[in-house]
Amino acid sequence: MTHWKLRLLAAGACALLGSGCSGRDASAAGEELRVWAFGAEGEALAPIARDFERQNPGIRVRVQQIPWTAAHEKLLTAYVGGALPDVAQLGNTWIPEFAALGALQALDSLVAGDTTAIPLRDYFPGVLATNVVDDTLFGVPWYVDTRVMFYRTDLLRAAGVTSPPTTWAAWRDALVRVRAHQERGAFPALLPLNEWAQPVIFGLQAGSPLLLDHGTRGGFRDPRFRKGFEFYIGLFRDSLAPALAATQISNVFQEFAAGRVAFYITGPWNVGEFRKRLPDSLQSSWATAPLPGPDSAGVSLAGGSSIVIMRRSSQRAAAWKFLAFLADPARQARFFTQTGDLPARRSAWAIPPLANDPHLAAFRTQLGRVVPSPAVPEIELIVSRVAQAAERAARGQQTVDEALAALDADVDGILEKRRWLLAQRGSPR
Amino acid sequence: MTAPASRTPRIAPGWWFVAPALTLIVVFFVGPVIAALGLSFTDFDLYALADPHAARWVGFRNYARVMHEPLFWQALRNTLYFALVGGPLTVAASLGAALLVNARALRWKATARAVFFAPFVTTLVAVAIVWKYLYHPRYGLLNWLLGHVGVHQIDWLGDPHWAMPAIILMATWKNFGYNMLIFIAGLQNIPRELHEAAALDGATPFQRFRHVTIPMLAPTMFFVVIVTMIGYLQLFTEPYVMTQGGPLRATTSLVLYMYEEGFRWWRLGVAAAIAFLLFVLIVLFTLLQRRISPRGAA
Repeated sequence: MTHWKLRLLAAGACALLGSGCSGRDASAAGEELRVWAFGAEGEALAPIARDFERQNPGIRVRVQQIPWTAAHEKLLTAYVGGALPDVAQLGNTWIPEFAALGALQALDSLVAGDTTAIPLRDYFPGVLATNVVDDTLFGVPWYVDTRVMFYRTDLLRAAGVTSPPTTWAAWRDALVRVRAHQERGAFPALLPLNEWAQPVIFGLQAGSPLLLDHGTRGGFRDPRFRKGFEFYIGLFRDSLAPALAATQISNVFQEFAAGRVAFYITGPWNVGEFRKRLPDSLQSSWATAPLPGPDSAGVSLAGGSSIVIMRRSSQRAAAWKFLAFLADPARQARFFTQTGDLPARRSAWAIPPLANDPHLAAFRTQLGRVVPSPAVPEIELIVSRVAQAAERAARGQQTVDEALAALDADVDGILEKRRWLLAQRGSPR
Repeated sequence: MTAPASRTPRIAPGWWFVAPALTLIVVFFVGPVIAALGLSFTDFDLYALADPHAARWVGFRNYARVMHEPLFWQALRNTLYFALVGGPLTVAASLGAALLVNARALRWKATARAVFFAPFVTTLVAVAIVWKYLYHPRYGLLNWLLGHVGVHQIDWLGDPHWAMPAIILMATWKNFGYNMLIFIAGLQNIPRELHEAAALDGATPFQRFRHVTIPMLAPTMFFVVIVTMIGYLQLFTEPYVMTQGGPLRATTSLVLYMYEEGFRWWRLGVAAAIAFLLFVLIVLFTLLQRRISPRGAA
């Protein structure tokens, strides 16, 4: 359907519903900036927007808070209906998708014209890279997240492991030793099978790019991914981790507290959860550490959310001011105390309480070693298929080779459209 | 023989009266259905949203792809499980409630009817959220009650074996009120003389139910079963709100699967193909029910 038809439909719907779809005509009373943010961040953003309004009297900010579960659908439907906001929070795996739709404003010239507000060098390079599609910057990281290892210091000490492992071999060795001290039916590591992050991370650690040929082919039979995948599957085959999905484990914190799990790979949100949910007696017996890698410290995933400006926004200048406002290090540090979200700017990490938080130091180290997932719109679907393949192999339904061959076939099918499009674009018409 | 040239073809006035309704149906129903059928033969996706030229005609490839997807078959199994267990349960519950409300002995009939009908008119999303509390493994009312009879905690919505039964239970409670009203109307249409004659002939209440009520209710029953089945094969909101299709995909229904393909991965061609497969399934079901229902029921 063409745009004018959609517009017509939308206009008809608006007429039927009375008011409510006013769109931009409200800007007569001063500039109005429409901002979408999701979940807890959306909640925390409202007071920040009030601060922004006080500093910029001409601009009114309307923050719309959307639950995370509906965020992606809402954004895409808004794109189709021509109702996208001026500024939005965007999970950084979504950036390639919205860039492909042509929905995002390229930020390179804006950033270059105002390097004091948003100095890109102050951002974690791996995270910044997730905002770049085809050499164009489409978003500014807002907060970051990555996966590290949470572990029980007392269980490791009892098993004779004095420092957190930094290599796969050392980690495996630590797992075997911890298991010897555990009760029957317990497992040293927890890697929930429904989470795609873990198998993807092990592949990335072994140097796999995940996709080959400019993101048009699955690269999962590639020896690099295979190496990581084999190590990961080996943990299940050798009963070092239970073949369970997170929904089958009723309470991770209870399992961790009972010593039935000693290592757990998860993200920053669990720092707060561990502090809240583990009994007081255990609070000094858990720690975090950067992920081990094949031969030395390993990489992890660059996650988090960015702030983007929509291409069709008529409020570009105000939007840029808002982005710069959110990027202020002191404000980022305060945002951390409100939400627990880790700041994207490195200078914000020098501000207490973040600067001296013992459990977050590992995240800071790890964030220096994060890699983005491939910048293709299909990436979320692809990584969900990686998790399915990993689950089949971990449950022993398929061998590693069968699972990876099926995964490559699956992913090649998903990327068929992308290959066709790139071929179209490449051939002169 | 030819008509005189001066006579313009007359449109029967009836058409003018139904025209507004017909126009609405064509624009908002027939049109979209045909468009969706066309869509199901294309690979309309995210790229096509950005540029319509990126959509290609792919024939039956979407259908073939969906049929090769294990998740489709799992969704089909889940949907049939829901419809074949939940459907009869709902019909039985509504028939029971209708007999109860219709019984001469019952007082407060209007109140009972209103109470039984209330769940049907409440918003499904609100109901689903309340039931989520009831099903909570630790703090839920249901587990608290079961705890008193010595049943161990059941993780209703978190255990793949229990999630679908939990959703069936809720759907039955939510929907039986509507069918009950239709059954009441059906029951009141049965001439009292039939019951009286049977009673005079010495029929017990159960025999009267079996040989008078049931046969006389057959047309109503047929309608209720068909409508319930069609509704239940389109299961969506309950799992969407309560489980998001989990745990382990145990509550992913066909419509939820379609929704995910369409609005999560934005593969609208595939989603349209799933919609038409579901349509075929519903038609087959309805034909089957016609075949096995008593003659003259429809």
